[in-house]
Amino acid sequence: MRFLRSRFLQAVIVLVVAFCVFRFGIRPPAPWSVIKLYMAVVALAVLVHISSDSDSWRDFLRPIRDTLTRPERRFVRAVLVVLIPVLLGYYAYSVAAARPEAPPQLRAIHPAPPPSLSFRGKEMNLQGLENPLRKDQASLARHAAAGGAIYIQNCFYCHGDNLDGKGHFAPAFNPPPANFEDPGTIAQLPEAYLFWRIAKGGPGLPRESTPWDSAMPAWEDRLTEEQIWQVIVYVYEATGQRPRRWQEH
Amino acid sequence: MKRHWRFARAWAGIMLLTAVALAVLLGAPVEAQDAAKEPAYRAFPLLGSRLAVWVIAQLHLDFAAFILGVPMFAVIIEIIGWKNRDARYDWLAHEFIKLVFAAFSATALFGALLLFVFIGFYPKFFAFMTNIFHTTYWIYALLFFGETFTIYLYYYGWDWLSGSRKWIHVTLGVLANIFGTAILFIADAWLTFMTSPAGIAETGALKGSVWAAVDNATWMPINVHRLIANIVFGGTIAAAYAAFRFLGAKTDEERARYDWMGYVGNFVAISAFIVLPFAGYWLGREIYAFDQTMGITMMGGFMSWLWIIQATLIGVLFIGSNYYLWLGMERIPGSERYRKYVPYMLIILAVGFMVWATPRSLIVTLEEARAMGGTHHPILGIFGVMSAKNTAVNLMILTTFLSYVLYRRANRLSIKPWVMAGMAVQWGAFFVAAAIVLFYGVYGYFVESIVRIGFSVYQVLAVLGAIALVMTIDIPMFRGARSTGEIRWGTIAPRSQYVLILLAVTFTWLMGLMGFARSGIRQHWHVYGVLRDTSVDAVTPALGYAANVITLVTAVFLALVMFIFWLGGLAEKGGTAHAPVPAPHIAGGSGEAH
Ligand code: HEC
Repeated sequence: MRFLRSRFLQAVIVLVVAFCVFRFGIRPPAPWSVIKLYMAVVALAVLVHISSDSDSWRDFLRPIRDTLTRPERRFVRAVLVVLIPVLLGYYAYSVAAARPEAPPQLRAIHPAPPPSLSFRGKEMNLQGLENPLRKDQASLARHAAAGGAIYIQNCFYCHGDNLDGKGHFAPAFNPPPANFEDPGTIAQLPEAYLFWRIAKGGPGLPRESTPWDSAMPAWEDRLTEEQIWQVIVYVYEATGQRPRRWQEH
Repeated sequence: MKRHWRFARAWAGIMLLTAVALAVLLGAPVEAQDAAKEPAYRAFPLLGSRLAVWVIAQLHLDFAAFILGVPMFAVIIEIIGWKNRDARYDWLAHEFIKLVFAAFSATALFGALLLFVFIGFYPKFFAFMTNIFHTTYWIYALLFFGETFTIYLYYYGWDWLSGSRKWIHVTLGVLANIFGTAILFIADAWLTFMTSPAGIAETGALKGSVWAAVDNATWMPINVHRLIANIVFGGTIAAAYAAFRFLGAKTDEERARYDWMGYVGNFVAISAFIVLPFAGYWLGREIYAFDQTMGITMMGGFMSWLWIIQATLIGVLFIGSNYYLWLGMERIPGSERYRKYVPYMLIILAVGFMVWATPRSLIVTLEEARAMGGTHHPILGIFGVMSAKNTAVNLMILTTFLSYVLYRRANRLSIKPWVMAGMAVQWGAFFVAAAIVLFYGVYGYFVESIVRIGFSVYQVLAVLGAIALVMTIDIPMFRGARSTGEIRWGTIAPRSQYVLILLAVTFTWLMGLMGFARSGIRQHWHVYGVLRDTSVDAVTPALGYAANVITLVTAVFLALVMFIFWLGGLAEKGGTAHAPVPAPHIAGGSGEAH
């Protein structure tokens, strides 16, 4: 088992194990962009570990140096001289080869909203805007119920009856419909932001959010102002999320 | 030969200052002119005005950060040497100030250039700012004179004001820092006003006194953030300088000296760096509070990618500075006891790094998105949000601090009867702080966001509290401790020195990136919401372009710094250098601040 104590081998084992964990241990599979990032960090950490102590660094370098200089390793050397360029070549090929697939997306999911918007000709200032229906706590349940009806009529095809973004239309869209259960969507947004998104939909997004890709319809012409606020109340009620409040200052 | 140089440099400095003062005066008439006749913009030849002003401003800022940061710790080091009657510290402080002195003229030069670019190419903007801030210009110029002359006196008077007159010298050093900080605060007022204007009427004219414009929402957070970052920056650049000298050293003695200098520079940098993220949170919160749109542009919009790059850079800084400490342990007899902790600390740092760098919105191909059932990944998504990132960075800070504590005691054995209890409390403090950080990190997923933001404050307090408690025990515990051997300065592995250089490059780059973020969030405004950018450059550049510009600026800055330090080295060769001192041996349980 002496060779197991070789630093070089240990480093290789750690890298291979880490790769297997990231590639096969995460379900659903993690995207390649993330795996690459993680592997880079692991490689850095491994290098730091073996070189943070001179003995282990020497240990690590020894097999590399031996392979490069020892006459009896000539065969291994020859294999490497062929193998490394071939692998690099394959990598270059796999990067350059065209695939019938859209390139990965770099989409800003939550772009900055405009400071104000015009809703059916009415100017609305989004900064600090609150949901007017919340003033009257007594009828909030009624509004939530009305919002539920609006949701089932208009939204659930895409956003799903569980509000998890898995409606029956959803598989057709890229980007997929927002998942309201996810703590990264409505839970971190103020209600005014939702108002903007629902009123103006995908077409109202700024460039960095690829408005031409989003299937989210603009509801301005189909729902009234009150109806939009109602459906907003509903999505928060139904998911148990709370909207982000404006900071007092 | 040496005299010659000094005079040449002194003259260059004074000429530049005059140029700055003149330029300030020139600025005033612009406002008086009829605004209608004046073009709002002129185009900078070839580069375009935006690139010109960007590069020059960043270079000016890099130099300024350096010359403001270094004197802060140089004076402290001088005082330590003075109080302990230790000539080595005096040598070190002088060595640091020598660097500042060399970089002084470059700072003024780029400052003057920046001003010329504003006046020449952004006349309307400059007139607007002058209208509001003209009173501060005079104070700024006065302070600059004060700073220059105190620094000159401080540097040239080093030998003259020694011995019984040392206190005068130290006072000068402190004074120079006060001037420097005041200068920084005034300059910060201008640029924070551009982000979060205050105190003006709709027309852009001042409503009351200029103070209201100075004391705007982001002023204090930026002041504090920059003050700390300047120390980090000064420390890393000085450490990189020491690394160069170490690598080129001819004698063991020289190697020992520069090893020590690099260590101190890096130590200063890490200590300040540990608190930097907290200042960053504060700034971020103020920006959010000032304007939600701006906050979302910053964190959620196209800039969200910038934070991933930032996380990567900071991850490199954390791992790099710990690596340096671990490598440094090799030259400390007795440190073998602590080697066994290294893998665990490394694992925490690496996992923290991964969590921090996990993007909120992943880059996925359509195929991968299908497999994941959306762009949201149920597991990775957990790491994407603020709760996870705050937890990761706080644990990384704690770990770095632990590295430092172990390093500090590497060759010392406490002889106090209460060591066991003391150590137990220290370990307890570490674990309690880590537990609090983890608890609020996890709990953050179950509360609404406004509450969650408050949690980061508890996490920060837990970490700072642990640091304070551990140090209050550590200092008395190791006073008069038994030594297991002297630190063998100069025997550190040379690769550690490349780490120091890497840290300096990374931090310079990071400063450039954050400068871009700070200016970029204004989008198409010169002064947010008040003065619109109507130039051809009114678009916010893409991240890739910005990264190229930042790389360019970093390369130019480091090249200039190398050139300037080389010049400084020439002067050293010409005359007798500042009294050479024996190699440091600061270890040995005397418990000084190292
Ligand atoms: C045709 C499918 C479709 C329908 C119908 C639909 N949406 Fe969407 N919605 C999407 C898609 C796709 C996205 C994600 C892309 C985007 O952000 O524009 C989205 C995003 C959103 C968002 C933004 C969430 C966030 O985190 O930024 C909100 C809010 C929203 N939808 C609400 C609604 C409401 C309310 C309705 C019903 C009135 C509705 N949607 C109907 C497809 C749809």
